[in-house]
Amino acid sequence: MGSVGDVSPQSMHFAEPLPLASGAQLRDYTLVYETYGTLNATRSNAVLVCHALNASHHVAGTYAGKPKSEGWWDNLVGPGKPLDTDRFFVVGVNNPGSCFGSTGPTSINPDPAAGGRTYGSDFPVVTVEDWVDAQARLIDALGITQLAAVLGGSLGGMQALDWSLRLPERLRQCIAVATAPNLSAQNIAFNEVARRAIVTDPDFHGGHYAEHGTLPRRGLRVARMIGHITYLSDDAMEAKFGRELQKAVIGYSTQDVEFQIEAYLRHQGDKFSEYFDANTYLLITRALDYFDPARAFGGDLCATFAAARCRFQLVSFTTDWRFAPARSREIVKALAFNRLDVSYAEIDAPHGHDAFLFDDPRYHGVLRACFDRLAKELP
Amino acid sequence: MSDRKDMEIIANLVPHGSRVLDLGCGDGELLAHLFEHRGCNGYGIEIADANVLACARRGVNVIQLNLEEGLALFEDDSFDVVLQLDTLQHLRNTEKMLRETARVGRIGIVSFPNFAHWPNRLHVIGGRMPVTRVLPYQWYDTPNIRVGTYADFEVLAKKGGLRILDAFGIQAGRAVRTMPNLLASVAVFKFERG
Repeated sequence: MGSVGDVSPQSMHFAEPLPLASGAQLRDYTLVYETYGTLNATRSNAVLVCHALNASHHVAGTYAGKPKSEGWWDNLVGPGKPLDTDRFFVVGVNNPGSCFGSTGPTSINPDPAAGGRTYGSDFPVVTVEDWVDAQARLIDALGITQLAAVLGGSLGGMQALDWSLRLPERLRQCIAVATAPNLSAQNIAFNEVARRAIVTDPDFHGGHYAEHGTLPRRGLRVARMIGHITYLSDDAMEAKFGRELQKAVIGYSTQDVEFQIEAYLRHQGDKFSEYFDANTYLLITRALDYFDPARAFGGDLCATFAAARCRFQLVSFTTDWRFAPARSREIVKALAFNRLDVSYAEIDAPHGHDAFLFDDPRYHGVLRACFDRLAKELP
Repeated sequence: MSDRKDMEIIANLVPHGSRVLDLGCGDGELLAHLFEHRGCNGYGIEIADANVLACARRGVNVIQLNLEEGLALFEDDSFDVVLQLDTLQHLRNTEKMLRETARVGRIGIVSFPNFAHWPNRLHVIGGRMPVTRVLPYQWYDTPNIRVGTYADFEVLAKKGGLRILDAFGIQAGRAVRTMPNLLASVAVFKFERG
């Protein structure tokens, strides 16, 4: 099993506006993407990998001269890996609204009234459906009629599900890992706390912090700390940090770091606030909140999946309390109701929601078998 | 059920083209056989990671689920045939699973080790629990937490309002229709809701 090696992102410009679920449109936008492997002669071996909240088009491989620049799903994607780039042509794309190169809040607003300023909080609200529409345009431009598979974890899994519902003929296989058919009230509540942390940061300036030469780092830090708590299981946190102190003795301080878990969360928050855009965080958490394909069917998920045609592989993790196995089972139920081909693995992994990024052999074994089956059937 | 001949006897009970749910489908061998040779489709249910992976490698659709939690994932009558082969004896909620089997499938087929097979009787007369090819475990390490006989199942089926469509034993790869409770190590019942 190897790495795809050094990779470089590409970008594609789209002059035709992208109509959005909100009624607004995205004018004149660019998508940044990476590809690994080779598109076969029949253009049938393409796999689209959708990213979640804080990831990007950089799915696998490294950037030349940059140590530790492995893509976020490098343990899954590469030569000989479960998603084998010797057999599949893999596409990773950065969604619009993100902050890793595709058009987003940090891009220049093409509206003449904006006077050449960045979008900031004027960037239109985007949904999972809008992202899928943008991805489909890229896939069109790459000359691919039908994808072998669309794969994603968490919010990425929601995009994979949306492909199966709204573009059912354009994929053979949907692989949705650690995902849910919509957010629960608790999920939305965590998102809202994160958003309030950002919006109430005095450096936020209504989302136009760029014009004020500031960054709402404090808000972003807190948002990331909250997020991190929901990504880990209670057991994983206990095993990793327990009640271990940062120093040898208790300092009897209300504001200094006392416990190692605090140091960990603060470190994650600090790192994140240096590279992630606050408006993007607001947009992406909102896209999560809004995702609810059954809404158009009166909440009936079985009726929702009547539109689907492809085969499905779902995976959940027993310790994931953010998108618990019960949420994946709701999807399995709807798929079985519609007599669709579905396989479902419930992996007893200790890591919580983050397990979808780890290389548990049972999890990767199931995905490898899924891709092997797909490879054998390629036209 | 490990024998190929046993498997074929059971497979022959499944009508061609059936939509099948196989509860405790193991490595998916029977389902693969039904899909390939009898034009069936459907899913396997398994709890064990290794079996889920084995099914995935065979290309058999498998849903990882603990059967003790019931079959809430499936609507009434959503399968032509529900198989419960060599599984029933491992379940705490045997009666509930039979009900669930009859609910989601038009036809249920169960097989399980028949504890009244004569060598087992001899073991018990000799004062010891049976250890045989079909029941290779010691009493203290057996996964078979429900110990029943061919005749016991007839009583349970009646109690549960199931109509038995066919019933026989399997011994050494052959169907046993004469005195199966005595002469067969495996009991097989095909039933529907009464």
